[in-house]
Amino acid sequence: MGQNWTAIDIGQSVSRKTTLRLLAATAVALLTMHGAQAADPIKIGLVAALSGQSARSGEAITRGATIAIEEINAKGGVLGRPLELVRRDDESNPAKGVIATRELIQREKVTALIGGLDTPVALAIVPFANNVKVPFVIPWAAGTKITQNGAPENYVFRVSAMDDEVDRAILAYAQKHFKAKKPGLILVNNPWGESNEHGFKEAMKVANVEPAGIEKFEGNDVDIVPQLSRLKQAGADSLFLVGNVGPGAQVVKSLDRMSWMPPIVSHWGVAGGRFTELAGPSAKNVIFVQTYSFFGDLSPVGKKVLAALQKKYPDIKGPADITPAVGVANAYDTVMVIAAAIEKAGKTDGPAVRDGFYAIEKVEGLIKTYNKPFTKTKHDALSQEDYIWTRFEGDHIVPVAK
Amino acid sequence: MSLLPAILTGLALGSMYGLLALGFHVTYAVSGTVNFSQGSSMTLGAVAGYFFLVLWGWSAAFGIPAVLLICALYGLMIERFAVRPFVARGSDNWLMATVAVGIIVDNLMLFVFGKEPRAFPSSLAVKPIQIVEGAGVYPLQLVIPVVGLLLAAGLHVFTRYTRHGVGMLAVVQNPGAAKLMGIDVSRIIAASYAVSAVLAGIAALLIAPLFNVASDMGTLFGIKAFAAAIIGGLGSAWGVMLAGLCLGLIEVFATTYFGSVYTQIITFASVIVILVVMPHGLLGRAGVKKV
Repeated sequence: MGQNWTAIDIGQSVSRKTTLRLLAATAVALLTMHGAQAADPIKIGLVAALSGQSARSGEAITRGATIAIEEINAKGGVLGRPLELVRRDDESNPAKGVIATRELIQREKVTALIGGLDTPVALAIVPFANNVKVPFVIPWAAGTKITQNGAPENYVFRVSAMDDEVDRAILAYAQKHFKAKKPGLILVNNPWGESNEHGFKEAMKVANVEPAGIEKFEGNDVDIVPQLSRLKQAGADSLFLVGNVGPGAQVVKSLDRMSWMPPIVSHWGVAGGRFTELAGPSAKNVIFVQTYSFFGDLSPVGKKVLAALQKKYPDIKGPADITPAVGVANAYDTVMVIAAAIEKAGKTDGPAVRDGFYAIEKVEGLIKTYNKPFTKTKHDALSQEDYIWTRFEGDHIVPVAK
Repeated sequence: MSLLPAILTGLALGSMYGLLALGFHVTYAVSGTVNFSQGSSMTLGAVAGYFFLVLWGWSAAFGIPAVLLICALYGLMIERFAVRPFVARGSDNWLMATVAVGIIVDNLMLFVFGKEPRAFPSSLAVKPIQIVEGAGVYPLQLVIPVVGLLLAAGLHVFTRYTRHGVGMLAVVQNPGAAKLMGIDVSRIIAASYAVSAVLAGIAALLIAPLFNVASDMGTLFGIKAFAAAIIGGLGSAWGVMLAGLCLGLIEVFATTYFGSVYTQIITFASVIVILVVMPHGLLGRAGVKKV
């Protein structure tokens, strides 16, 4: 080919020369790519917050998924093809999440999509995934409506906690361990708080429990004493907390000031970041839900994954460095479930893989062994029996009695 | 919550708004302009404080003046680059320019500090004092109103009884004449912006231990402080401080007696009602423009 370059008349423009050179380079590149076609990877898309406030959680999901993919590829991949993770950042922004999803599906031609750290982002992606018939599996976002989205053809699955289920679990836990009869609800004033208010009301109606009150706080509130005083006066014997680390810490500090320490059972918002640093020593009074912990006696899968994480990521010295653990565990199990579904489908087209999810018999995961995890009416692989209860001890999240 | 604890909580909260709102008053009284990014000045102070006092462990005697110096420099820059060029042209675009600077600063703080909130420990916010049962307050919460009232009093005395203060008043009344009398008008206005940012820095150092340090901590505070400044009457230091306290009390009473669902609605509805009844704010006077 090099001969042709010299044949070009010197008088011809340089730009033409450059164009030809580019064309030649492209041709060479295409030829090489064709040579690699034999082991064409099956692409799995990941849309999550990889920057900003939730970046650490996004990184945890990436790590869990990566470990699972490497394990699968070491055993020969799926359908004889290796899996490949293609990541895109949604910056916790629903619009950006949809754009990233479109790009992953239409250009990268991913077989399945993992995503949804934030419930609003996941909810924005759901209709698109259902429309283009690409399975969308949630490793984090807990909004009930994500999987119960009402679409006639539902392509959305979840390997994570779900608000309604968490709310039922929190009530059951408080009744069992704290003999709670009149819980007070203290919820962040946003759609996530709203979703749980609904969930708690349903759960309490079924259990025939009357709440002492429902109070809201803003993400920026300095002082939550007034709200908590109302609950105290109304005779609350326990508190159910829904909020992220910052405002959750303000709740604990306000309780300190009131010298009132009722049992606090919380959704997992407080688990991210530096809860103990922000809330002080009373942080350990908050019991919160998780799906997995790398502390304590690990199953064989747990030991294997912990070893793999330590080998791949030098910053992980022990269980304490895997934060947030739920991100890693949920994402690991998510990939395992997706791989099993593709294996069952025998091919990579969306509807076949979707039916593959229903056909899964048994998958060894971190959180549990999944036996027929999905049916046409049940798109959530986890339920309240699978949750574990934890609290902070210093910077570590450690399990407490179930 | 019974009456006394509610009042204590409200006063502590309100004095935070008042303290920040004094910054709006200082520049308005001198130049008729305000720095709309006062909340961001507070964030800047808190983040600088976090680095100096918490992360690098400087002593308070050294760290606090350093924080206030940074705030003062920032105030001077705001005036020089976001206010003066527009005022000189007789344009009101400083409004947007100061808002824009605030957004830039917020985002810079995000880069420098990250999005994760961090604790700002203080020995004055460890053990609550139980004044009445169930209404513990940190000593710091009692310090804030005292500092706020002292600063308001200080500003009042300064503008009424000192040479520089009277010079400032002259600038307010008639910049042209003040200039002819040998008063350096632009320097006084620049100084008022520095003072305004320093007040935000003081507020930041006092509020951060009760709250957390976060890159967006100043936003909501800035808005509420502006509401306090307007209710109080921008021209009066006492009025601004008083309005801050009222706003805090309204907020806490709304939450206590009606529930937190209604807090924001009641608080901001009250702001409107107060302004309808008293258009110049609690202690503000109608500006008379002589032609």
